[in-house]
Amino acid sequence: MENFTPYSGLFGGMLIGIASVLLLFANGHIAGISGIVGGLLAPGSGEKGWRWMFVLGLWIGALAYVFTSGAVFPVQIPASWPLMAAAGLIVGFGTRMGGGCTSGHGICGIARFSKRSIVATVVFIASAIVTVFITRHLLAGAA
Amino acid sequence: MNAQHTRAARLLASLASGVLFGLGLVISQMVNPAKIIGFLDVAGNWDPTLLVVMAGALLIATPAFRLVLKRPHPLFATNFSLPIKTDLEPRLIGGAALFGIGWGLSGFCPGPAVTALVTLEPSVLIFVLAMLAGALLFDRLAMRRQAHEPF
Repeated sequence: MENFTPYSGLFGGMLIGIASVLLLFANGHIAGISGIVGGLLAPGSGEKGWRWMFVLGLWIGALAYVFTSGAVFPVQIPASWPLMAAAGLIVGFGTRMGGGCTSGHGICGIARFSKRSIVATVVFIASAIVTVFITRHLLAGAA
Repeated sequence: MNAQHTRAARLLASLASGVLFGLGLVISQMVNPAKIIGFLDVAGNWDPTLLVVMAGALLIATPAFRLVLKRPHPLFATNFSLPIKTDLEPRLIGGAALFGIGWGLSGFCPGPAVTALVTLEPSVLIFVLAMLAGALLFDRLAMRRQAHEPF
């Protein structure tokens, strides 16, 4: 468990919690990224401004980290381009179908004690663990 | 405050929330797919950081949501936009299971992927474009089904 980073994890998680509270308190919206970004694809121009501002904020936050810490944060991609494209397609389709992702169901939904979100979170974590077990152990071992 | 000021306040609050969210994702390293795979790989060199991140977020959000939702309306809007569905339909389970497969393959979920676009890595852009295509594809299929369903 030498990769475990509990302090930065807890602090970062609390910031994510504060961000979610702010969006609900000020605007009444759930900070679910698949929903926020998905709404940008809907036809019509209504209700897009706040979504763009949130996405812009994500980028500003990430860049602010780079400029204040002087360090670049690592983004290590585990898969080839075709696999990343396939994974992206599945994530987009699945989050739209299931009505949320890690942020909307996993944080905001659980914080509201939503039965749907608790079930969805258990299902997607379990499904992801099985997927990683198959690709990293079963297939890697067979190759 | 007039309507224009309220609209500006809403946009600013949204921006501020995004900034905090993005900072949180970067500081917790949840933007790094390798970190996510480390959590999902329970049979390998397991990294429980994701659980601590969720715990940190819930530690704040759970009590605060309770207080916020007791208010008659949000600060800059007339009503809370909350999901109204409560039933566990096959669509919810199926969607979550599919999402998990994509998450396990890539180590990316929507928030970190969109945030990681700032790295200008081509594979991040490919993932996000494919993700948008996947969302559009579902919307198309759902719309078609709705059109064929008798009332």
